[in-house]
Amino acid sequence: MRIARLAFAYLASRPLLTALNASMLALGVATIAFLLLVTHQAEERLTRDAKPVDLVIGAKGSPVQLILSTVFHADIPTGNIGVEEARAAVANPMVASATPVALGDSFRGHRIVGTDASFLDLYGAKLARGALFADEMQAVIGSEVARRHGLAVGATITGSHGLAQAGPAHDEHPYVVSGLLAPTGTVIDRLVVTSVESVWHVHEHHPAARPEITALLVRYSTPLAAAMLPRSINATTAMQAASPAYESARLLDLIGVGVDTLQWFAIVLMASAALSLFIALTSALQERRYDLALLRTLGASPASLAALTLAEGVTLLVTGVILGLALGHGAAHALGLRLAGAGSWPITGLTWAPGEAVLAVAVLAIGALTCLVPAIQAYFSDPASLLAKR
Amino acid sequence: MLEIRGLRHDYAGRTVLSVPAWEVAHGDACLVLGPSGSGKTTLLNVIAGLATPTAGSVRVAGEEVTRLPPAQRDAFRARRIGLVLQTLHLIGVVSVRENLRLAQRLAGRQVDDARIDEVLAGLGIAKLAGARAGEISVGEAQRVAVARAVVNRPSLILADEPTSALDDANCAKALALLLEHAAACGATLLVATHDNRIRERFARRLEL
Repeated sequence: MRIARLAFAYLASRPLLTALNASMLALGVATIAFLLLVTHQAEERLTRDAKPVDLVIGAKGSPVQLILSTVFHADIPTGNIGVEEARAAVANPMVASATPVALGDSFRGHRIVGTDASFLDLYGAKLARGALFADEMQAVIGSEVARRHGLAVGATITGSHGLAQAGPAHDEHPYVVSGLLAPTGTVIDRLVVTSVESVWHVHEHHPAARPEITALLVRYSTPLAAAMLPRSINATTAMQAASPAYESARLLDLIGVGVDTLQWFAIVLMASAALSLFIALTSALQERRYDLALLRTLGASPASLAALTLAEGVTLLVTGVILGLALGHGAAHALGLRLAGAGSWPITGLTWAPGEAVLAVAVLAIGALTCLVPAIQAYFSDPASLLAKR
Repeated sequence: MLEIRGLRHDYAGRTVLSVPAWEVAHGDACLVLGPSGSGKTTLLNVIAGLATPTAGSVRVAGEEVTRLPPAQRDAFRARRIGLVLQTLHLIGVVSVRENLRLAQRLAGRQVDDARIDEVLAGLGIAKLAGARAGEISVGEAQRVAVARAVVNRPSLILADEPTSALDDANCAKALALLLEHAAACGATLLVATHDNRIRERFARRLEL
């Protein structure tokens, strides 16, 4: 029988204590792994979706809300702005492109974005099938929208007023799907894209319907623009200019406070697990001192006894870490499925966050250090004095 | 087979064991007698290389155990010495067979299940091979301890108080087992005890 098998036999002989120690460790690892996965994917998505847009010009209000609604398509807009006023504000050589965005309706939870062809260029979106909207009431749909609702070119879709599924349907103004977009891994995968004119056409009966848009998505032609353009728009117009990079960093900072709190909670949980592991190994060593003496009489070296104690601790540690990672990934995946059902953030447990390797190594290293004290005690245990006392 | 010269062991400033000279021939069965605290277990520990004496030498099968480095002493003990302890019998969380396999592995040998089966059958406990060692009776554990001591065909078997916890009937059985199986594998047997019931069974005795 090898040392590892004997260590396993000792663990199996105390199933409840073993399960308790492994579970405590697993819960700590799972919490941190879950947070790493979710925050990493959220950061990645925010960065990816915000990257193509340098500045958003929209109605006054919360800049975070403006960015969330027009770039991440995750909130209601701050209001509308006049097309002419917006165009005038960006008639500037520092602006490389200005893409209009008109929001207001949705299709089964997916935003319908009134815009022009440059919107597709922002996200590097290409047509997989069909053609771009050429006439009013034509739309191209993101790959995720097509996949989830089984839509093909030529299909007819009807938008609902508002950005939730519960709004009144615009049955009298159906869209015809003119094209399907190839997957990009960005927010456009979950959008229905049409012309600004189509959005205006749907809302012609609406009292507020005027040649207005929700925002302009601006790309700079020079980095200098970042210092001048937002300040100029905010100071001289009735509109606001907000930077997606800055606002998403602010948003991540806000989320980060909660994440930090949860991470501390997980660290306390893991510290408790390490302490519990230490107590379990030390008390097991005390209970098993005659077994260790017996092993020495059979020819086991002091190093073998230390290895046995270490193997027991490391088996628990590895079990806890594997279980924890599995739980963390399972929880992230379950959250992803839940959010996908709501047509929102695509989070998956089937990927690795960069910090997870560090997490696993750190937990194993700290745990192994915890096991080292009982292992050293085992190494220096004196079978002769123990046998002489009996 | 066993030669002791000028052996002395001090503990906490006092001499707990002193054996000026003693020799045991190959295949002999000897008794080490003495009251509790007379140094019987210490003597066995020194012979087994589990304790280092303050002075003197112990030679087992031509090897001076007391001069061997610790790692070689452990290996020598595993290969050449079988130990039977009073209450420290078995690793309870694994099977009887695994206990014997453990002894084989620690002696640096390949696991030899045929040898294990042969020894267990010889002791009348073949059916216990798969039983968890912590769940067998005291009498059965005593036999398993003997099986483990002889499974590697040692040159020397050291038994520490093998009968003191047993009633008369079981005492006689345990002793018979030890004598019979030591003889069967051609080993020298050294039994340390304060149990006067068995002194007549041994022609050679060392009084401490």
